[in-house]
Amino acid sequence: MELNCRHVWAHISEYIDQTVSAGLREEIERHLEHCEICSAILDSTRNILVLTADNRTFELPLGFSERLHVRLEEEMNSSGGGAGA
Amino acid sequence: MTASTTGAAKERNEPELIARILSGEKDLFHDLIRPYERMLYLTAFSVVKNETDAEECAQDAVVNAYRHLDRFRGDAKFSTWLVTIVVNEALQKLRKTKRAREDSLDETIEGEDQEFTPAPLTDWREIPSEALERKELRETLRKAVADLPDIYRQVFTLRDLQEMNVAETAAALGVNENIVKVRLHRARMMLQKTLAPYLKTAAPARKGFWGRMPWS
Repeated sequence: MELNCRHVWAHISEYIDQTVSAGLREEIERHLEHCEICSAILDSTRNILVLTADNRTFELPLGFSERLHVRLEEEMNSSGGGAGA
Repeated sequence: MTASTTGAAKERNEPELIARILSGEKDLFHDLIRPYERMLYLTAFSVVKNETDAEECAQDAVVNAYRHLDRFRGDAKFSTWLVTIVVNEALQKLRKTKRAREDSLDETIEGEDQEFTPAPLTDWREIPSEALERKELRETLRKAVADLPDIYRQVFTLRDLQEMNVAETAAALGVNENIVKVRLHRARMMLQKTLAPYLKTAAPARKGFWGRMPWS
């Protein structure tokens, strides 16, 4: 059976996550070989995920870590009951 | 350093660290949470969508985890336990401030079996390392993620930003694994659609690279 583009789009996410069955994977790959539109969609989606996982895309506010540990230190000093004690 | 927190747990012996904290070496709690700071903030942000609130939630979650560390059971990963705490903090904050947008509760989006059509783009083959250098692309992506409906943004943040697996994401958000998969797929397709025009115009004209494309 020849997959159409819509069918491929419906499985792009699972394909990227490698959770499609071996049979479906083969069919998708056969489709990708000759369909430049689906190949481009797959590439662009993958690249969005690479960009997303890059630390520079989603940054912490300046001084976040310092403030977090100051708050924790205050908690440690103020309560006798922390850390399950 | 990558966004993944799994490495942190592997390289150090977390159960031992936790045991030492519980037996009195409280200062070690600082070290315990250090690898998870980014996860805490970004997870909170995916729910409250506000820097100040996200930071407060992250701090509250850390304080809570510290207070109740003895309730942590070794059968789950510490990171999963921590993310559950921060999600709860953030959801509570959201309710308190009454800024919960309707779409956070709107399950009908999923009920309708609507198809998501990705944006076709045939002339973009920018490689990630080049795209990463483009500041404005990162900014566009941040905005696109922020604009996702809440239920999709939360799943996307945990799965693709924090690189948590399906089971951990499902546990943290209190939904089943299938919902995680469906929401993730839709989130990715929405982002692809939103970002496609920006990616398209960024196509680098590099002959060698294009030579192997079927249409060139």
